Amino acid sequence: MDPKPQTAIALSSLHVGTRHDSGPKHVTGTAEYIDDLVEPAGTMHAYLGLSTNPHAEIAGMDFSATLAAPGVIGVLTAADVPGDNDVSSNHSHDEPLFPVDKVHFWGQPLFAVIAETRELARRAAHLAKIDYRPLPFVTHVRAAQAAGGTLVTPPLKLERGDMAAGMAGAPRRVKGSMEIGGQDHFYLEGQIAIAVPGEDEDVTVYSSTQHPTEVQVMVAQVLGIRQHAVTVNVRRMGGGFGGKETQSNLFAAVAALAAKKWNRACKLRPDRDDDMTATGKRHDFVVDYDVGYDESGKIHAVDAVYGARAGFSSDLSGPVTDRALFHADNAYWYPAVRVRSEPLYTNTVSNTAFRGFGGPQGMLAAERWIEDIAYSLGKDPLEIRKANFYGTDSNNITPYHQEVTDNIIHRVVDELEASADYQARRAAIVKYNAGSPILKKGIALTPVKFGISFTATWYNQAGALVHVYKDGSIHLSHGGTEMGQGLYIKVAQVLADAFGVGLDTVKIMATSTGKVPNTSATAASSGTDLNGMAAFDAARQIKERMTAHAAKLHNVAEADVRWVPGGVECGDKFVGFAELAASAYLNRVQLSAAGFYQTPKIHWDRATGRGRPFYYYAYGASVSEVTIDTLTGEYTVDRVDILHDVGHSLNPAIDTGQIEGGFVQGLGWLTTEELVWDDKGQLRTKAPSTYKIPLASDVPPIFNVRLAEWSVNTEPTIGRSKAVGEPPFMLAMSVMEALSMAVASVADYAIAPRLNTPITPERVLMGVQRLAREHKQA
Amino acid sequence: MTAVSGAIRFVLNGEAISLTDVPPDLTLLDWLRLERRLRGSKEGCAEGDCGACTVLVGRLMDDEIIYDSVTACIRFVGSLHGTHVVTIEHLRGENGNLHPVQQAMVDHHGSQCGFCTPGFVMSLYGLWMRNPEPSQSAIEKALQGNLCRCTGYAPIIRAAQAMSSYGLPQGDPLLAERIALKAQIKAIHDGSRVEIGEGENRIIVPASLDDFAAVYESNPEATIVAGSTDVGLWVTKFMRRIGPVIFIGHLQELKRIAENASEIRFYAGVSYSEAMPTLTAAFPAMAELWDRIAGEQVRNMGTIGGNIANGSPIGDTPPPFIALGAKLHLRRGEHRREIKLEDYFLAYGKQDRQPGEFVESVTIPLLPAGERFAVYKISKRREEDISALCGAFRVFINDAGVVGMARIAFGGMAATPKRAKAVEAALVGQPWTLESVEAAMAAFAADYQPISDMRASADYRLLSAQNLLKRFFLETTGQGQRLRREVA
Repeated sequence: MDPKPQTAIALSSLHVGTRHDSGPKHVTGTAEYIDDLVEPAGTMHAYLGLSTNPHAEIAGMDFSATLAAPGVIGVLTAADVPGDNDVSSNHSHDEPLFPVDKVHFWGQPLFAVIAETRELARRAAHLAKIDYRPLPFVTHVRAAQAAGGTLVTPPLKLERGDMAAGMAGAPRRVKGSMEIGGQDHFYLEGQIAIAVPGEDEDVTVYSSTQHPTEVQVMVAQVLGIRQHAVTVNVRRMGGGFGGKETQSNLFAAVAALAAKKWNRACKLRPDRDDDMTATGKRHDFVVDYDVGYDESGKIHAVDAVYGARAGFSSDLSGPVTDRALFHADNAYWYPAVRVRSEPLYTNTVSNTAFRGFGGPQGMLAAERWIEDIAYSLGKDPLEIRKANFYGTDSNNITPYHQEVTDNIIHRVVDELEASADYQARRAAIVKYNAGSPILKKGIALTPVKFGISFTATWYNQAGALVHVYKDGSIHLSHGGTEMGQGLYIKVAQVLADAFGVGLDTVKIMATSTGKVPNTSATAASSGTDLNGMAAFDAARQIKERMTAHAAKLHNVAEADVRWVPGGVECGDKFVGFAELAASAYLNRVQLSAAGFYQTPKIHWDRATGRGRPFYYYAYGASVSEVTIDTLTGEYTVDRVDILHDVGHSLNPAIDTGQIEGGFVQGLGWLTTEELVWDDKGQLRTKAPSTYKIPLASDVPPIFNVRLAEWSVNTEPTIGRSKAVGEPPFMLAMSVMEALSMAVASVADYAIAPRLNTPITPERVLMGVQRLAREHKQA
Repeated sequence: MTAVSGAIRFVLNGEAISLTDVPPDLTLLDWLRLERRLRGSKEGCAEGDCGACTVLVGRLMDDEIIYDSVTACIRFVGSLHGTHVVTIEHLRGENGNLHPVQQAMVDHHGSQCGFCTPGFVMSLYGLWMRNPEPSQSAIEKALQGNLCRCTGYAPIIRAAQAMSSYGLPQGDPLLAERIALKAQIKAIHDGSRVEIGEGENRIIVPASLDDFAAVYESNPEATIVAGSTDVGLWVTKFMRRIGPVIFIGHLQELKRIAENASEIRFYAGVSYSEAMPTLTAAFPAMAELWDRIAGEQVRNMGTIGGNIANGSPIGDTPPPFIALGAKLHLRRGEHRREIKLEDYFLAYGKQDRQPGEFVESVTIPLLPAGERFAVYKISKRREEDISALCGAFRVFINDAGVVGMARIAFGGMAATPKRAKAVEAALVGQPWTLESVEAAMAAFAADYQPISDMRASADYRLLSAQNLLKRFFLETTGQGQRLRREVA
């Protein structure tokens, strides 16, 4: 039986804009998400009962009406947990699956109803009667600080240089604070899990998660069984953005608990409102700062405190607030710096990972004081930015004592400034504003420097499992998950390139803890860096064995076996890849390998605040132009130009998609996406009717996105590429700064507008009013 | 006596469907996904805002089947009688290849996570059928009701711009089957009323407007469902039991638009999309507002009658209609009465509508020569957002430059849509100058004590309402500047 002949082998499948592997399935509706899978016969449905009090003792829970409702199989509470009643991702035991005596936020899952259908479970969940004894609660950062500032996890301090001398030597000082809003992930596919019970203690879980291993660990922990009994499978997510890094744990654990208790499969999918109410979001921050600088705009010293709404438990708030501090510098060198975090306990849902992971908030505050300095000196903020950029050979030590050795921000900014015609447009805008009474324009260029690696150093590892079958077809598994970012296709490109075969030879398998163990979350933009390298390592091992086999078979030295597209050349004889695989099998050569990768060079000592937490940095810059309406505060984003560094791109089409998508998501964060808690502690923006992510008509009509094609990673990453998931998100900061300029125009650019985010039309109008008033008084 | 049949009948993709046992609150999306196991259409929000469940519903209109994009998550199966439902599973190109719209999306990297993609494809398919070479603004409008969180939309817009190069509607493989289908759909419309179920589970699909009037008079406890863009959420979000239900979205007589030299009458079942051409021809000032009401799918479903009848304080049609002096025509059985639209809204959640009585139509007087009229909507997100406030202004300035008449009405400023009578009074008799306008702006505080909520603060509502009066003045005096999104 001849193997299918290989056709159309590209010279290289790397660095090519290959389409997303699931594209045809996406557009035909045949790509399967968990709610689309065929349910095992007798599948039960779970629905969560949520707290309607932000902080209270649970005086009683009455399920009599719930249990009497049609189709109800049972109710699960903390009492039903055979193992550990805890789903805290960091094992700090501060996040129960179901609370025992106290609720800590409005929307906290209290119990689950299991019924024959989802609708019956949902209706019955609302029949439970919960008796609360209310306790005082805080929902906002300032209120939490005022109430004593309880922290959910130890804070971090980064310090470098002589703060006292720096401040004393600075001719000018600015103090201020900035409120930075949070953000809901609004993944289109909500949280969901199905658990299927197996024999003995086994359970198989299909979870929409970025972190299959953690789901496995949590399910095992809750069930009180060993991890080898739990298999977690993830084919794809309908979006993640960090919202499925730890937040999937509870849903999977509840489904598994029910599945084992009743020995039937169980599915759990909350309604959108419940999903948004019960799952963590991007942290809101209040940053209090004190900055010393001089007349040239050079910063001498920065002293800042980053208060964050962590919610009721620690979750990832430690690493998130750490990363905010790691990005307190953005692309700027501070001669003296002291930054401290306050991950504050609040009676809100426990905040979590979200694209950028605290970095955006840290960087936004940096841009705030740049703006303060610029307006106080009457200069273009871009001038202040440039004056403070990290140097390449000097002035290049970060607040965490890592040397910046790969700095390309100057070139990125200079090229963008020219290609976007920044100076001429800014001059034209200043002129336009002078003659335009109602509409005002603004323009801004902001830089991005983002550190790549998990700051939890042990997370920087990955595994892959590659099989070559006798017909030469290849089976690829790795520990990364696909949430739309194109990880699967990129790793497949790496593998196809390594073997010299066409992409159609590589079958991309769903991620499974049974294939690759002990995986890291697909997060921190690291998916391709880590898993691509692991797959490459697996290919290397198999190729070495096939090379040895080919040498033996054709009686040449191993050095004379050359891998070429489609197969190998042994001296002057060509052997097709499939033929080689078949003969390797017959000669008892192992055609399967587990690949592994650990990021080199990195280390981090949190106690001293020193180390090299990042393997390298990704850079970028954007220019945004906006128009505001000074009567209503409404605005349009008119033009955006982006130049972004992805190193030597593995897939320019996928990378461009990440940049466009990341920018627009950042745009939403800074403009229309507003989280509002009412005075009862209830989140009021919990569905797309009230929580407004960008639309197609919010995308700038002129949107020029370019990759810095000349950039090559100085570190030997896979194909010398750079991570792309998170960094582009922060490109949207230029929109905030452009809005600021437009608002500042009503006060002749003499007052820093200091807009808090999100900059809704309301904030623009109130800013315009305030500046006009202050300008009149001055 | 109207004949009664006992089945909801429609065509799903290529298959004739006849349902005799349908709960009134069963949504099309649940039926597709759970009963038909067609799982290409996704549930993203269950409130008609994200578009992941978008399907096309074809209905007979002037002997043609017209296809509208709709959100299946808030459309009830009982409302589908006599329609053709087209889901993502039915879309295909020649020889089983991808449909041109699908191929354009794949080639332009229009999907990332893919969850929203079937909905985008269906919206684009609906657009391509009518307008295969759309402008960017037409694309944006067609996609207003589709949320994507991954791509930033840019590649989807590029795909939409390229659709026609992959194929044109005349070559649509689905076109051929429509000829046979039309006969099938026509046959369903046999003049009979459909009634199924009992008690809370009862569904009534009246045969005609008169039949509806009679049925509702004798079943005043029933919920009337036209476009279900409001009632749909009662079910999906609040799990309210809505039965018995009378579905009226199909009634041709309620889709009439009657125009004469002095007024336009919209019957209650006219959708936003259907009203658009007539309304904006008569009132160009209404065009921007209309484009900003909801997304395309909801504009295709939602009706003018429903927007008024349910008495929402933030509905976008009452403010301009009140400012224009609209009259509401109510009907109970054979009894009809006419009231001023503004008098219909009694208090929050309370309207002047008797049991068994329904909104049959609304009449809007055309603008007399010399009068000026404008309407402004303010929302957190420019499009597909519920108004923080919506204000309509109408004045007559006499030859002396004095305000002879002023009618101003706002939504979002009070518990009901409400006129700004103090502001009106402050303006009438005054010269139409910036000074008088600024003086009158203070009177807003007498008319409105708005609330703070997740859409806006009370201060912002009041301030921007005042500024809208200023905007109106500036625009009537040639000094206006209005924010515009500049796209092709």
